[in-house]
Amino acid sequence: MESVLITRNTFKASKGRLQNPGDFLFKNLTRFFAALILVLVVLMAYEMMRTSALSWNKFGFNFFIRSVWDPVQDEYGALPFIYGTLVSSLLSLIIAVPLSLGIAVFLTEVAPRWLERPVSFFVEMLAGIPSIVYGVWGFFVMVPWLRSTVEPFISKYLGFIPLFRGAPYGVGMLAAGIILSIMILPIIASISRDVLKAVPRSQTEASLALGSTRWQATRIALAYSRSGIFGAVVLGLGRAIGETMAVTMVIGNRPTISASLFEPGYTMASVLANEFTEATSEMYISALVEIALTLFIITIIINSFARLLIWSVTSNERAQKA
Amino acid sequence: MRDYPGTRQTFIEMDTIPENGKGIPVDHNKIVAEKVSAFFGKVQAIRDIQINIPENSIVAIIGPSGCGKSTFLRSINRMHELIHGTRVTGKILLDGEDVYSLDPVLIRKKIGMVFQKPNPFPTMSIFDNVAAGLRMGGTHDRKNIAEVVERSLQQAALWSEVKDSLSKSGVGLSGGQQQRLCIARALAVNPEVLLMDEPASALDPIATAKIEELLFELKKRYTIVIVTHNMQQAARVSDYTAFFYMGELIEYDITKKIFTAPSIKQTEDYVTGRFG
Ligand SMILES: Nc1ncnc2c1ncn2[C@@H]1O[C@H](COP(=O)(O)OP(=O)(O)OP(=O)(O)O)[C@@H](O)[C@H]1O
Ligand SMILES: [Mg+2]
Repeated sequence: MESVLITRNTFKASKGRLQNPGDFLFKNLTRFFAALILVLVVLMAYEMMRTSALSWNKFGFNFFIRSVWDPVQDEYGALPFIYGTLVSSLLSLIIAVPLSLGIAVFLTEVAPRWLERPVSFFVEMLAGIPSIVYGVWGFFVMVPWLRSTVEPFISKYLGFIPLFRGAPYGVGMLAAGIILSIMILPIIASISRDVLKAVPRSQTEASLALGSTRWQATRIALAYSRSGIFGAVVLGLGRAIGETMAVTMVIGNRPTISASLFEPGYTMASVLANEFTEATSEMYISALVEIALTLFIITIIINSFARLLIWSVTSNERAQKA
Repeated sequence: MRDYPGTRQTFIEMDTIPENGKGIPVDHNKIVAEKVSAFFGKVQAIRDIQINIPENSIVAIIGPSGCGKSTFLRSINRMHELIHGTRVTGKILLDGEDVYSLDPVLIRKKIGMVFQKPNPFPTMSIFDNVAAGLRMGGTHDRKNIAEVVERSLQQAALWSEVKDSLSKSGVGLSGGQQQRLCIARALAVNPEVLLMDEPASALDPIATAKIEELLFELKKRYTIVIVTHNMQQAARVSDYTAFFYMGELIEYDITKKIFTAPSIKQTEDYVTGRFG
C-alpha cells in the first residue's frame, strides 16, 4: 500500500516540474506497449467471436454438448475435444502433482546443498525443452513401451476397471496424460519449491519446538503454503490444457468419448492444429474457431486464477516481513 | 525419574565457580549446564556457560543484544543445531541426563519454547493450534484432546476470551492473545521446562502484565527460563537472574541481589543502565 502511495506522490511531484524529454518518451512508450497488449487480446477475442458466429448461430449452446464431428455433413459438436482436454489434463495432474510435491519437498527439506542446485537446474531445464521434442520422444519411445509392456500389464491386473479396458494401442489418453505430466512437472515443482522456501522459519521452529519430527514440520510448512501450491497446480493445469504438439503426436486424434484410458482421444488444441489447414467450408472454419475461443477463455480464466493465488500468497509474505 | 544421582554431583563443580552466587539453591536442579559453548560456523556465540536452574523457579537471562542469550536458550532444547553449520559443546543435563545423548524430539517435548514473535499456525483454528503438539505426538483421542486444550488455554489465561471461538483462526487474535495461544500450545504437550525468548517484547503493557501474571501461576508446575531486555520485568518475575555479556555468564544470583547488590562491576553497570 505504502509503496504505491509513494510512487504516486513522486509521480505527481514530478509532474509539476519540467520533464526530461527522454523520460517522457520512455514513460509513454512503455505505457503504449502495455496498452497494446490489452488491445491485442481484446481484438483477438473479438475476431474469434466474429468468425465463430456462424457456428454459434447454427448450433447454439448444443455445440458444447454434441459429440458429432462430421465435416462432410457440416455437423459439429465440441464435446469429444472438451472431454479429451479435460481428461488428459486431469490425468496429467494426478501423475504430476505428487511427483512435483515430492521433488519440491526433497529440494527444500531433505537435499544437501550440493545436490539441491543440480536437481533444481535439471528440473527447470525440463521446462525449456520444446514440446515437439517431447512429442517425438513420446511417439517413438514411450508409446511402443506403453503398447508392449505397460498397458498389457495394467489390463491384466486392473482390466476389470472400465478405465483400463480395451486393446493396448499405445497411443491414447494414457499416453497423452503421461507426456503432459512430464511437461507440467517442472512448473509445479519449481513454483512449489519457491513457495515452500518462503515459509517463515518461525513456522518450522514452532512445529519442531513442540517435539515434532522433521516430516511433521514439513507438513506444517505444506499447510502454510497450501494456497501457493494450489496456484502452482492450477498453473500447471493451464499449461496442460493448452499444450498442443506433444499431445497431438500421442493421443491418437480420434473424436470419440471412451471410458478407457487406453483408447485414442482428441483435445481442443490438437484438433485445431490438425484440421485448420483442411477446413474448407465456412461452417467448418467457424466451428474450429469456436473451439479456439473456448480454449482461449478457459486458459485465461485458469491462468488469472492461478496468478492471483500465487500473488496473494507472496504479497502476504511481503506484508509480514515489512 | 527426577532424582538422578548425577544431579547433585554436578553441583559440587558448580559451587566452585566464583561468579555463581551462593544464594542459588543447589538441590532439585531441573537443568544444569556444564561448560556449554555454541558456535555458528567458526564464530563462537557463547563460551563455557555454567549454570544450574532450580526446579519450579523462574530464571531470567539478561544482557546486551548479541551476548548469546537466545543462543544459550536454543542450545537447551536443541534448536540451535537446526541452523546449518552450528554446533554445541559441553553438557546440558535435564534431570541429570545429557540432552545431547537423547532424542531431540523427546527433549523438545519435555522442554517447551515460546518465541519472541507470536507464531501460531495460520491455517489452523485456535483449537487445532493448541492440539497440534498432542496430535503430532500421536494422541488422537478426541475427548482427551479437548480436555487438554481447555486446560492449556486456562493455564495460559486465554480460555475465557476464546472459549466461544475455538474454531476461528488463531491469527485473528490480538498480538497478546496470540502469544498466550502460543504459550497454551507449548503447555499442551505437558513439558517440564518452558523456555521463553523475550515473550513479551512485541506486546503492549497490558498484554505484558497478563503474561507476567501468568508466569507466577506457571512456575508452580513448570521450570521457566525467560530471556528479557526489560530490567523491571526480570526484577518482577524471576527468582534468579543470570547476566550474560559477550557470550559469557558474568554473574548469576538471586534476582534481588543482582538488582540491588551485584558482586561484579559489569553487572552493576548493566542493571543500572550505565551501558548496554
Ligand atoms: N544465524 C546466525 N549466524 C551467525 N551468527 C549468529 C546467528 N545468530 C546469532 N549469531 C551471533 O551469535 C551471537 C549471539 O546471538 P544471540 O541471538 O544469541 O544474541 P541475543 O543475546 O539473543 O541478542 P538479542 O538480545 O538481540 O536477541 C551474536 O553475536 C550474533 O551475531
Ligand atoms: Mg535473542
